[in-house]
Amino acid sequence: MSGFAQNTFNGLVSGAFYALLALGLAVIFGMLRVVNFAHGAFYMLGAFGAYVLLTEAGVPFWAALLIMPVGLGLLGMALERAVIHRLTRLDPLYNFLLTFGLTLILQDLVKLRYGVQSSPYATPSLLSGSVNFGLFDFPTYRVFILGFAVLLCVAVWWVLTRTRIGMVVRASTERPDLTRAFGIDVGRWVTPVFGFGIGLAGLAGVLAAPMRAVNPLMGADLIIVVFAVVVIGGLGSIFGSVAAGFGIGLVQAWGEAYLSHFPIVSQTIVFVVMAGVLLWRPAGLFGREEAPA
Amino acid sequence: MRRTVGVAAASAAVVLVAGCGGGGPQSGGDQKLTGDKIVLGVLNDQSGAYSELSGKNSVTAVEMAIADFTAKYGDKAVTKDISVETADHQNKPDVANSKAQEMYDRKGVDLILDVPTSSAALKVADVAKEKKKLYFNIGAATTDLTGKSCNRYTFHYAYDTYMLANGTGKTTTEQIGKNWYILYPNYAFGQDMEKSFSTAITAAGGKVVGKDGAPFPNTSGDFSTFLLKAPGLNPKPDVLGTMQAGAELVNVVKQYNEFKLRDKGVGLAVGLMFLTDIHSLTPAALAGTTYTDAWYWNFDAKNREFADRFQQKAGTRPTFAHAANYSAALQYLEAVQAAGTDDADAVVKGLEGKTVEDVFLRNGKIRAEDHRVVHDAYLAQVKPQSEVTEPWDYVKVLKTIPAAEAFRAPSADCKL
Repeated sequence: MSGFAQNTFNGLVSGAFYALLALGLAVIFGMLRVVNFAHGAFYMLGAFGAYVLLTEAGVPFWAALLIMPVGLGLLGMALERAVIHRLTRLDPLYNFLLTFGLTLILQDLVKLRYGVQSSPYATPSLLSGSVNFGLFDFPTYRVFILGFAVLLCVAVWWVLTRTRIGMVVRASTERPDLTRAFGIDVGRWVTPVFGFGIGLAGLAGVLAAPMRAVNPLMGADLIIVVFAVVVIGGLGSIFGSVAAGFGIGLVQAWGEAYLSHFPIVSQTIVFVVMAGVLLWRPAGLFGREEAPA
Repeated sequence: MRRTVGVAAASAAVVLVAGCGGGGPQSGGDQKLTGDKIVLGVLNDQSGAYSELSGKNSVTAVEMAIADFTAKYGDKAVTKDISVETADHQNKPDVANSKAQEMYDRKGVDLILDVPTSSAALKVADVAKEKKKLYFNIGAATTDLTGKSCNRYTFHYAYDTYMLANGTGKTTTEQIGKNWYILYPNYAFGQDMEKSFSTAITAAGGKVVGKDGAPFPNTSGDFSTFLLKAPGLNPKPDVLGTMQAGAELVNVVKQYNEFKLRDKGVGLAVGLMFLTDIHSLTPAALAGTTYTDAWYWNFDAKNREFADRFQQKAGTRPTFAHAANYSAALQYLEAVQAAGTDDADAVVKGLEGKTVEDVFLRNGKIRAEDHRVVHDAYLAQVKPQSEVTEPWDYVKVLKTIPAAEAFRAPSADCKL
């Protein structure tokens, strides 16, 4: 029983990363219709930035947790202004290729400077212990990640559903044309939303630094699953991306724990789920079918 | 449109998972090697996971060997025209295959060196056999190079899965604990390592109480399911043996520390670890971990002298793969000098059964039966951070494993 609870907890922690990344992808896709392939690269930059800040400038984890998302968010906004918005009117494949190219450039720039070997990053001392839950012990850092991610998702949800800004963003995300028809300047919100999504990826990267290998390819490995998560949740669906993120984390953890005798199943389970969902609901679990244009 | 993009994203994810093959076939040239020059080819990973433990610094090591050879023989050297060709095989067997053909056929390479990644290493062995040109493998671990895939022109120089399992599995079982939980990446290398370790552990009187093949590549980067399972097994394992390599090893060790398995009485043994891995994890994260090393730069004065010269050129301390590349290039040049020709068959004849002593090969012997190069190996332990007094000096050698015990007996599968 405690084993099951531990695996569930772990699944939720993995899921927290998926949720943060998928949430960023979802808002970006919703508003810009851009499938941001560079999302994994910004996640990597978040982790690397934390490492560089710590080793070169002695900036601790807590400060990095604020600096990196803001910094990368600004970088994302500049990028959106400079290149991405020029292609949004064209076929989505153009931005798909652009962001994929950006990913390769960012990865190789980091590789050039820091090599492919993973860089060390220690858990902040405040969080290096473990918490006793009665049934089992769990590393404090993981508890922190889970709590932090849940709080953040709730905060994002609150902003999106309870504030006027949120209403505008949500409306422009899910029904851009209709929103425009109401006289709201959707274009004004595009750049900040892109920056916000990138900032979330950077934040996830900083959170990952103490528990995952920090190297130039860390985002490339993870983003594959995140894309599956977004597709399962329904592209552009904010709630769907978060729910699917946590859900896929759980499915993976349980799969590894209870299907380890069938490695083929536990390795492919995410994609099997994705295929199943696409067959059953082509727009994803929480996505809305759109009438063919 | 949402739907089309969704499908595009989904299929892109699938394409990424499948990976992309690269490298077209190379047409064979007919340029023959001239008798008065020697070309050494270093074929390895120069941009990916193994580019730091071998990569460009292996080329530096080979250049050092050429310089030392030239200095030693001066005007008596068989030739003064010795050069190095190098290529990136990206750890892909098909790229390794075409690059090896290009090296032998078009670049006039007499000997291919290094080639990490077992699947790529085996492809190059096939090319060497077909072209009747020499190949010293250093970077790959598979025992198949001296087993069912052995051939007359292929030598396996530095280490293999048997050496790693025998050293670490046997000694850890005897000294740290009998019950093991093995975690391995579920592909050829990991499965091979798991088998070799299980055999060595059982032979030493230990028991494998649990084993799991983790997904490879592990896209989530998370190994906690396995790490949580380990202490709860019955009987409780004394040792967690991880066969993961590179970034995955880093993930396993970080999470091993996170879950405080050492405090729960589960020690850590690592199947394959390079100096560069310890550097990225920091000794603090690995303190007390035992593993088998083929060579260590600060083992004695001779190694240190080489390491100092290497550092001047490369800016870092050498891994065992770098030292082995140096040694392999040097021994090849010596063999050509002795034979007076670079004819592959003549050189092979001179190498077979030869005993060798150099900075890398201690009590070294090039076995004629299967072309395994045997030499002393070392059981090493990562020092606690407090004992690390200079950069890169991260381990102490607990014991030397004599050459005769370090490697397996020639396999019956190998017919040269």
